[in-house]
Amino acid sequence: MNGLNWTDTDTWIVVVGFLAAAACGLPGCYLVLRRMSLMGDAISHAVLPGLAIAFLVTGSRASWPMFLGAAVVGVLTAVFTQWIEKIGRVEATASLGIVFTSLFALGLILLRMTADAVDLDPDCVLYGAIELTPLDTIALWGWDVPRAAVVNGSMLLVNAAFIVVFYKELKISSFDPQLATTVGVSASFMHYALMGLIAATVVAAFESVGSILVIAMIVVPGAVGHLLTDRLSIMLLISVVVAALSAALGHLGAIALPPLIPGGEFIDTSTAGMMAVAAGALLVLAVAAGPRYGVVSRWIGRLRLSLRVAEQDILAMLWRTEEWSGGAQTSLNRKHIMEALALGPWSSWAVLTGLARRALVRQDAAGFSLTRAGRDQARDLVRTHRLWETYLARYLHVPIDQLHLSAERLEHATDERLQKALSEKIGSPRLDPQGKQIPPARD
Amino acid sequence: MASSARTSEHSANAPLSIHDMTVAYHRRPVLWDIDFDAPQARLIGIVGPNGAGKSTLIKAALDLVPRVSGVVSIYGKPYRQQRRLVGYVPQRESVDWDFPVNARDVVTMGRYGQIGWCRPVTRRHRAAAMEALDRVGMADYARRQISQLSGGQQQRVFLARALAQEAELYLMDEPFAGVDAATEQAIMAILEDLKHAGKTVLVVHHDLQTVSDYFDWLILLNMRIVDAGPTADVFTHDNLHKTYGGKLTLLSEAADLIAKQR
Repeated sequence: MNGLNWTDTDTWIVVVGFLAAAACGLPGCYLVLRRMSLMGDAISHAVLPGLAIAFLVTGSRASWPMFLGAAVVGVLTAVFTQWIEKIGRVEATASLGIVFTSLFALGLILLRMTADAVDLDPDCVLYGAIELTPLDTIALWGWDVPRAAVVNGSMLLVNAAFIVVFYKELKISSFDPQLATTVGVSASFMHYALMGLIAATVVAAFESVGSILVIAMIVVPGAVGHLLTDRLSIMLLISVVVAALSAALGHLGAIALPPLIPGGEFIDTSTAGMMAVAAGALLVLAVAAGPRYGVVSRWIGRLRLSLRVAEQDILAMLWRTEEWSGGAQTSLNRKHIMEALALGPWSSWAVLTGLARRALVRQDAAGFSLTRAGRDQARDLVRTHRLWETYLARYLHVPIDQLHLSAERLEHATDERLQKALSEKIGSPRLDPQGKQIPPARD
Repeated sequence: MASSARTSEHSANAPLSIHDMTVAYHRRPVLWDIDFDAPQARLIGIVGPNGAGKSTLIKAALDLVPRVSGVVSIYGKPYRQQRRLVGYVPQRESVDWDFPVNARDVVTMGRYGQIGWCRPVTRRHRAAAMEALDRVGMADYARRQISQLSGGQQQRVFLARALAQEAELYLMDEPFAGVDAATEQAIMAILEDLKHAGKTVLVVHHDLQTVSDYFDWLILLNMRIVDAGPTADVFTHDNLHKTYGGKLTLLSEAADLIAKQR
């Protein structure tokens, strides 16, 4: 790779980033589905007193007491939130805000009381130290593996196992907690189990990737998954893929982008920060390009619709011109069509080309005229239009000068079945309210 | 209170027997001294004004909201021991329809109690879910994500989920809310089938016009039970006036007219 100096260290950084992100993202999916994404933020702050108390009691920074302290406080966060919601009669998010800021403050006081003996410095808490994780290794089956990879990897395995074993229970208690409880799956038990697991995950990921990335990784992978699929299992898989992509792209960005910034002396930037940026970019991409909810696909859908409407308008206009001239075949030039229907040059070209290709109109020196097939379709459209005008005038008493526009909107949405029903309803009249003939139905 | 339900003797084996139940939210009582035995194999309507505690009655019976006092028994035993016998249809608005599951997944949830903790969903249960979907005429929509269904279709899926539970007693919270007339008739036909199969169905209901057509037994509720018993005896102008407090005079007039029709 030109300019990039990729080493084993870089590989380990990406692996640690992926393991932490995936470990957070999996249970995060359920937070997203329960509309409780803020809980990730809350728990990642609220675990602080748990860490401090674990340290005070054991006097060490060993992992297990820390996990335990964090998990307990994580569950307590959820418990307190429910209490305050019930007793204080405030909404869930407000009560969550009260609980986690109080616990965070308590944690800070406790840390101070330990006379700064714990080396938890704020930078490290916020951004983590993922770049340093490959230095701290432990031997695993004869390999030197970064401790952070082992910790986050184990957490990922625990979370994946939890989701596999309790797949059904998590699904029903997230979708319909009341039904879950009535079929014997205690929704509150599942809730607290999930919160405890998230707290432990947060602590595992904390040290290596920092709290900002933890919060991002709890919410973003699940959010991307939710945008891209309608299946829960696939949503969970997508969250893992998003975790992997953000880790790889994030680290790549962290070492590749800074030298490109002009005038700077940067050699690289924070991998954790860039991972969050990469995850954010993936979310934007999902919002834009998602198959059903995506902006792009909706835009394409609208464009298709407006082209179809323009097509139908042109056919109907050509038919009406023929009607005017007593049934003789007539042609209209493109400029005339553009002006009458207020079409732009690009869309009129696209629509007319499409119509000609499907042999609904033909083009000669005089302009565009209907083919036989085109005339059939056009007559049908005009029939629908005039049936609607009759219906609107007769049943909804729409004034005659407003009939055309309303009928115009309706005619494009009317299919064969509806046209038939409409005709039956108004008794197949021959003339519309303006006295124009309603063309007969095709047989 | 002339109703048979107000006697102190409770039959030991009623599908649902509620004795002296009081429920409060934030100490404000919403249900007072609820006391009745639901008879077997009936379609039972629970009728009353907004805020009368109709949904709360069902939820309290299912331990979903705490009771201040009172005893609930299902076929003579506490609910905890009888979960399998009870199917619940919550209000449609109680869940998030954007949840990434399809119709069959939702119906399969009705089987989770029978499947048991941590066991996978087997083919037998999936087949049962499909059968339930078929019964409500939704088999063609099995793989449709649930937000893609209309309100009436969503309600049918909820009903199918309860059917898949194969319960003896069904508690339904406004199954007709927001459904079209055709769906209402389809749901009603299924409820009749359940009754003929010996099941007991309690339905929270809003439309007084259809009460006497739909239900053969009735609970008139407004924080307390105004009256409970066979619809023919209970659905009277007097009782409706007591239930609706005379505020909804048009409704009681409507009920009056309906009562005169018989």
